Amino acid sequence: MMEKMIFGRYVPADSVIHRMDPRSKLLIVLLFVCVVFLANNAITYGALVVYTLLMLAMSKVPMRFVFGGLKLVFILIIFTFLMHIFLTREGPVIFELGWFKVYEEGLRQGIFISLRFFLLILITSILTLTTAPIAITDGLESLLGPLKKLKFPVHELALMMSIALRFIPTLMEETDKIMKAQSARGVEFSSGPVKDRVMAIIPLLIPLFVSSFKRAEELATAMEARGYRGGDGRTRYRKLVWSGIDTLMLLLLLALTILLIIFRT
Amino acid sequence: MDISLKNVEYRYQVNTPFERLAIQDVSIDIPSGTFLALIGHTGSGKSTVLQHLNALLKPTAGEVVIGERTITSEKKQKDLKAVRQKVAIVFQFPEHQLFEETVEKDICFGPMNFGVNEEEAKRRAHEAIKQVGLDESILQKSPFDLSGGQMRRVAIAGVLAMQPNVIVLDEPTAGLDPRGRKEIMDMFYQLHKERNLSTILVTHSMEDASRYADKIAIMHKGQVYKVGTPLEIFSDPEQLIEMGLDVPEVVKFQQKLEKTFGHKFAKTCLTIEEISQEMPRFLKRGEA
Repeated sequence: MMEKMIFGRYVPADSVIHRMDPRSKLLIVLLFVCVVFLANNAITYGALVVYTLLMLAMSKVPMRFVFGGLKLVFILIIFTFLMHIFLTREGPVIFELGWFKVYEEGLRQGIFISLRFFLLILITSILTLTTAPIAITDGLESLLGPLKKLKFPVHELALMMSIALRFIPTLMEETDKIMKAQSARGVEFSSGPVKDRVMAIIPLLIPLFVSSFKRAEELATAMEARGYRGGDGRTRYRKLVWSGIDTLMLLLLLALTILLIIFRT
Repeated sequence: MDISLKNVEYRYQVNTPFERLAIQDVSIDIPSGTFLALIGHTGSGKSTVLQHLNALLKPTAGEVVIGERTITSEKKQKDLKAVRQKVAIVFQFPEHQLFEETVEKDICFGPMNFGVNEEEAKRRAHEAIKQVGLDESILQKSPFDLSGGQMRRVAIAGVLAMQPNVIVLDEPTAGLDPRGRKEIMDMFYQLHKERNLSTILVTHSMEDASRYADKIAIMHKGQVYKVGTPLEIFSDPEQLIEMGLDVPEVVKFQQKLEKTFGHKFAKTCLTIEEISQEMPRFLKRGEA
């Protein structure tokens, strides 16, 4: 199951999107999140879908992998869709079966909201799939830079994020290892009564907690041993470079925004 | 219980951009009562092979026969508990799997999962803790209050208490002090003999492999490179060194002597005892 997860996973490749500056990618995602809410009819939603799929194609990440990894999200989306179908009672009835009625507005809302949800997840997935976690936090630190003047601990926040992201794969690996060790001792994680399966979490979680705390302490010691002393005066190994592509991509999103403003009803 | 791997292949993360072939065309026979050592460079696929031995991994091609059960890629596997009770694995750094409030509860955890009642499980806990060389008073302590070496022993006791027919060891002595190493390996060897267990040992120590194993299998780049008795394997040191492996110090010593003296020993010696026995004859032949 975990092998197929794509959240927070980086797929190295050589594509236009991979080469972009993480700052421009972050800005685009942030803007896109706002722009999505401008759409309110078929044409505008269509434009959003085309834009998102274009980005996905440009990222060169295999489609099958992306959609396979979003399976859990699809369940959530279908649930949202059904909620709208059942609960919205506006407009003319378009389908009737006994007490069950589907209203036009319900169907419309269902489709649009699910689509919005889906596009948001897809665009953020493209960001994480094409940008190394370290690059994302570097970008974020740089974008939040001005807040330093307000005494906001930007560097510390970015460091916390990169540490958290850095240890996701380690934690996954550890989970897998302990799951196997406990399975070998007769724990069944994926079959048997629900009560047993819930209880099976305990022999998994306790060792994970113990090793996470140990690791945190070791990391702190290792950082101190190498003279880490916070963000002041710290130089960078990786410099962020803003190029023509980044400007172009931002302009493309701007064009999309204008298009949406013109065509929305 | 006989275990046999037939042309086993395993790929990690099939159908993702991270797909990776781990082992390929691996065939090993492990008849009941064998002590098999699995050696190979880091990343050669030893640990992957090991996880097939009690169906923690299902081969992507080929089949694994464990006693009466056959595990292939197609079949949905049900009730693997029976297999896992018979074939126990001591993973690398097994102390990471401890979680209970007391040592006793942790040792009882395995047996009770396999349907042993509490009384019997406790009896086994007392027996197992003595087997691993710890005092019974430790049973009421929290496993997290113990030293690293003690935790390792407790974790091993937890596996022994399951009373398996086959025991799989993944570098069980990594990170222990020399005395602890010897004690634990001798304990496994004694159990192997007494209970007529099959033992599969993954190790980087050529000394351990030559001292305890009946059979050694060399893994190289995801394939079985060679299977043979310790004598057969270590008679050809150049080949092993090419693969990033090593031979026991005794074998190296013998080679150097043969080079210096310009003549050969009657046979390849694998232990200090053997070479001490052969030495007088070797020296005498030099004078002749």
